[in-house]
Amino acid sequence: MTTRRPTPFLRALYELLSSMRFAISLLTVLAVAAVVGTVLKQNEPYTNYHFEFGDFWFGIFEPIGLFDVYHAGWFLGILAFLLLSLALCIYRHLPGMLRDIKGYREHASLTSLKLMHHVAEQDGSIDLAAAQAQLGRAGYRWKIREENGATLLAAKRGSWQKLGYFFAHAAIVVICIGGLLDGNVGLKISELLGSKTAETREIPASAVPQRSRLGADNGAFRGNVELNEGGGGADVVFINSGNGYYVQELPFIVRLKQFHIEHYSTGQPKKFASDIEVLDRNTGKLIKAGTVEVNKPLIVNGIAIYQSSFGDGGSDLTFARRDLQGGATSTLQGRSKSSQPLTIGKDAYTLETGDLRVFNIENMGKTGAQTSAVSVNQFEQALQAARSVKGEHNLRNVGPSIQFKLRDSAGQASEYLNYLAPFSDNGALYLVSGMRRAVSEPFAFVQLPLDDDVKPDTFLRLRHTLLDPQQWPAIARRTSEQAFKDGAFSATKRADFEAVTQTILQQFAQGGFPAIERFLAAKVPKAERPAVAQTYLKILQGAAVDALTLAQQQAGQPVPAMDERHYRFVVDSLVATSALFDYGSSIYLQPTGFTEIKSSGLQLTRAPGMKIVFLGSILLVLGIFCMFYIREERLWLHLANGRTLLAMSSNRRTSDFDREFERQRAALLPAANGEAA
Amino acid sequence: MTAALSLRQRSPLDFVFALLALLAGGFAFSRYGHYMDYYEQGILLGATLTLIGFGWFWPAMRVFLPVSAVIALCAIGLYQGDLARGQTAFWLKYMLASQSLVMWMCVCFFLATGMFWLGLLRRSETALSIGVGLTWAATTAALSSALVRWYESYLIGADVGHIPVSNLYEVFVLFCLITALMYLYYQARFKARSTGAFILLVIAAAVGFILWYTFDRQAHEIQPLIPALQSWWMKIHVPANFIGYGAFGLSAMLGVAWLLAVPAERQNTQIRNALYAAAAGIALAGIVLYMQADAWFPELGSGAGFITGAALCVAACVIVHLQRGLLSGLLPAPDTLGEIMYKAISVGFLFFTIATILGAAWAAEAWGGYWSWDPKETWALIVWLNYAAWLHIRLVKGWRGAVLAWWAVAGLLVTTFAFLGVNMFLSGLHAYGKL
Repeated sequence: MTTRRPTPFLRALYELLSSMRFAISLLTVLAVAAVVGTVLKQNEPYTNYHFEFGDFWFGIFEPIGLFDVYHAGWFLGILAFLLLSLALCIYRHLPGMLRDIKGYREHASLTSLKLMHHVAEQDGSIDLAAAQAQLGRAGYRWKIREENGATLLAAKRGSWQKLGYFFAHAAIVVICIGGLLDGNVGLKISELLGSKTAETREIPASAVPQRSRLGADNGAFRGNVELNEGGGGADVVFINSGNGYYVQELPFIVRLKQFHIEHYSTGQPKKFASDIEVLDRNTGKLIKAGTVEVNKPLIVNGIAIYQSSFGDGGSDLTFARRDLQGGATSTLQGRSKSSQPLTIGKDAYTLETGDLRVFNIENMGKTGAQTSAVSVNQFEQALQAARSVKGEHNLRNVGPSIQFKLRDSAGQASEYLNYLAPFSDNGALYLVSGMRRAVSEPFAFVQLPLDDDVKPDTFLRLRHTLLDPQQWPAIARRTSEQAFKDGAFSATKRADFEAVTQTILQQFAQGGFPAIERFLAAKVPKAERPAVAQTYLKILQGAAVDALTLAQQQAGQPVPAMDERHYRFVVDSLVATSALFDYGSSIYLQPTGFTEIKSSGLQLTRAPGMKIVFLGSILLVLGIFCMFYIREERLWLHLANGRTLLAMSSNRRTSDFDREFERQRAALLPAANGEAA
Repeated sequence: MTAALSLRQRSPLDFVFALLALLAGGFAFSRYGHYMDYYEQGILLGATLTLIGFGWFWPAMRVFLPVSAVIALCAIGLYQGDLARGQTAFWLKYMLASQSLVMWMCVCFFLATGMFWLGLLRRSETALSIGVGLTWAATTAALSSALVRWYESYLIGADVGHIPVSNLYEVFVLFCLITALMYLYYQARFKARSTGAFILLVIAAAVGFILWYTFDRQAHEIQPLIPALQSWWMKIHVPANFIGYGAFGLSAMLGVAWLLAVPAERQNTQIRNALYAAAAGIALAGIVLYMQADAWFPELGSGAGFITGAALCVAACVIVHLQRGLLSGLLPAPDTLGEIMYKAISVGFLFFTIATILGAAWAAEAWGGYWSWDPKETWALIVWLNYAAWLHIRLVKGWRGAVLAWWAVAGLLVTTFAFLGVNMFLSGLHAYGKL
C-alpha cells in the first residue's frame, strides 16, 4: 500500500477545522443558537404552540425544531463540529507542546538570546554553582551545555501551563462525550429509522404498544411518574418527546407509602418528602425502602429517584349538597380529580372535581393595628420597614379548599372554589365560595353568613322566604305594622307603605341590589335617587328582619333577638342573597369532610455519563487554573569570554513577568544594569 | 501564586492571623459542630483554610477580615438573642443591625464614587485616597452586614436561619462586596486608584438597585429557604458565581475606562451628530417606555426597568464611542488597564467555570440531571462561551485594544442578562431570584 499525500482540499479542510478562527466562530454560533431555546419555552405541549403562533408559523417552527432546540439535529451538528474542531486542534498542537515541555532549548544561539525582550549583561563571570542554587530555590530546572568554550545554562519552570492547555481542551471533549452518553442519541436514531415513535394518545401505560416502549436495559433515561399514596406503585416512567411520550420500563416497582409536606409559619413550603418502597419486579420482594426529599435523592441499582412534584392523588370528599331553590339538603360523595354525573332539577350536569388543597395560607393584608397606628409620614414608615429584616405579615391558614367545575349538557361550565372551614371576619363566621366562568378570570367570592349553630341553614331559610312571592304580603304587613308602631307615618299611608315594601321585595327577588338599582334608575329622577335608595335600603333591611322572623316561625325555630350581631347577620344575608344571583348554579356544594390521599411526582434517571462529565469538569478547572496561574518561564545564562548574559522569556508578557526578570537579574547579575526592552 | 503561599516568606503577622482563623474555626466547631453534617464540617474546615490562604495571599485581609468579624460580633453581643432589640438598642438601630450596616455601605459607596470622580477630574490624590478609604469602609460594612444578617436569620427562627446568599437582595450585597474587594486589590497592585471612578459606577448602580429593592419591594426581609435551596451546594455555588459576576463587572468598567483613555480616529461631524441623535433617541425611547410601561406593556412588570436600563447603557456606549480619549492622561496607562482587565476576566472565568460546575452538581442532586438546558443554565453557558472567546482572542491571537475593551463591555450586558434578565423574562427552574 502506498501512502498518499492528502489532497490540497483535505489539507485545507483540516487547516480550517483545526483553526482558532473556526473554533471561535463556532463558539459564537453556538451561543447565539442557545439563545433561541431560552427565548422560546421548550417542550411545551404542541397545542400551546399552535395556539400561540398560529398554523403558519407553527408549520415553520416545528420542522426546524424550535420547540426542542437542544435536541434538534442542527444544534447537535454545531456541537459535533465544535468537538471535531477541538479534537483536531489538540491533535495538531499536542506533539509540539509535548516536545516543548520536555525540551530546555539549550541550543539557543547567542544572537537569538540577545534579541529577547528581557536581557541583561555584565562583565566578568559568575559563580555557576551559586547561580544554580539560586535557580533551584526559585523552582527552575535546567540543563548545562558547553560548546566552544562557552557555557550555556538553559533553565525553565512552569511547564504545567502547557499541560493546562491540554487539560482544558481535552476536558471539553470528555464532558461532551459524557453528555452524549446521557443524551437520547440512540432513541433519536431509532426514531429516524422508524422503529420507535412517541405515543400521542392518552391511554394507560400498559396499553402503550411496543414501538413507544423502551426496555429496562435502556442505558440512560430521565422520566417522570406520579404515584398515589398507598397505590399499587409503578413499574414504568414517562418520557416526554415532542408531541407525545415514551413509556420507559423500570427494572423494579416503586411504591409511595406516604407523602409529607411541611410549612414554615409564614406558609412557605419547608419540606417535601416521599416515603417510598422499591420492590422487585418479579418476586415483589422489598429491595429498598427510604425517603426521597428535594436535594436528597434515593439511588437504587444505579437509578436515582428524585422528588419532583406533588399534588392530590384523588381524595374522598363529602359535600352537603344544598339546593338553593327548594332548600333541601342531601349528602354527596365524591372524589377529587375525577368527574361524576349530577342532576340538578331536571338537568343533567357533570361534576368535575379538581385538587383538594388542605393548606391555604393567605395574606390577609395589613392588620388593624398596622393601619390604625398613629399616622406617621410615609418616609418614616419606609425607613422603619427598611430597618427590620422581619416583615410583619398578617398570614392566616384559611383551611382546606376544593375546586370543581359544574358542566351542563351543552358543555358550558362554571368553576367553583369552596372552603371547608368557616371563615371568621370581625367576629362573624361565613362559608366562602368562589365562582368564575372562565379560567382567565379571578374568582368572585360569596360569603354565606352562618347562624348561631355555625350552620348556613338559617341563611338559606331566610333567603328562601325573601325570594318567595307568596310570603311577600305577610312580610310587608309585618314591616308596615312595625313602622306604624314606631310612628313613622299615619294610618292612611300604611297601605302605600305595604305596597312599596312588596315592590322592593319583588325587585330584590329579580336580581338583588343591582335589580333595585335598575328599577330606581328607570323610575326616579336622578336628583332624588340617593335619598330614595337610602329609604329603600332601610325598608328592605326592615323587611328582611321580618322575613327572618317569619322563616324561623314557619320552621319552628327560635326567633333570634335583633341585637347588633343578628342585625349584621341579616344585612350579610341580603348581601349574600344578592351575590348568589350571579352564582351560576342553583346548588351550593358545601365541603364537609375528606380523606386525603396525596400524590407525589417522582423523577427517575439513569445517567451513566455523569461521572465522566464530572471528571471532565475537574480536568477543566485544573486546566484553566494551570493556564492562567502558572507562568511558563525560560531563563538562559550564557558565560563566554569573561562576559555573562542573562536572558529570559515567557509566553505571556505581563508586568508580573517584568518583575520576575528584575528579581532574577538582581540575584544572578547584581552588577548589570539590564533593562527590559 | 504558589510562591506567595509558601511558609518561608511569611511574616509573624501572617501566623498571628492564621492562629486567629484557626481559633475562630475551632470555636465554631466546638460550639456548633454537632449541628453540622459531614459536608458542613468539611466546608468549615475548607473555609478556615481558605481564609488563611486569602490572608496570606493579600495581606490587607489580615486586618479587614478580623475587623469585620469584630463588628459582627459586637452586633451579635448587643442583640442578646432578641431580634426586637434591633429596633430599640441605639447601636443596633443606627449602626450595627444588618440593615443599618447595609445603609452605611450604600452611603459609603455613593460618597466614594463622588470622591473618585472628583479625584480623577481634578487630579487630586487626596480625593482618590479618601475614595479608597470610603471603599474600604463600605466593604467592611458589607461583610459585617452579611455576617450579622446570617445571625439575625437564626433569631427569626431556628428553621429559618441560613447563609445570606439565597435571594436577589442578599446576592446584590455580595456583588458589591466582591467587586469592591477586587478593585481594592488591583488598585493597590497596579497603582491604579483612579480606575475606581469607573468600577464604583457599576457598584453604585447595584447600590441603587438595593435601595429600590428595599424601599419599594421590602425585599430585605429574611425569607425561609424553600426545599430546593436547602442544600450545602448553595453555600459555595452562589459565592463562586458572584466572584465571576464581580470580575466581569469590573473588567467591563475597565473597558470603558480604556476606551475613554485612548483616543480614536475622529469621524466626520455629520456621522458624529447622527450618532449623538441616535444616542439621545435610544435613551429617550427607554425613558418613555419606562414611564408608559404600565399602560402599554403591563405584562412586562419590572422587566420594563431592565429594558430601560439596557437602553440607557447602549446610549452611554454610543457616547463613549463618540468621546474616545476624553480622559486621556487622567487614567493609568492603557496597557495597565488592559492587563487588569485580563487579570479580572481570567479570575472571573475560572470562578464562573467552578460555579457552573458546582451548579451542575447541585442540579444533579436537586433536579435529577446535571444539565437541563434550563434558561439560566443556558445563559451561563453563553456567558462562559463569550469569555472563553475573549480569552482566546487575547491569549492566542494576541489582540489588544479597542475590540477587547468593547467586548468586555458587551460581556457585562450579556452577564447582566444572565444574572437578572433571565429571571425577569424567561421562566425556568431558577425561579428564586424573581423580582
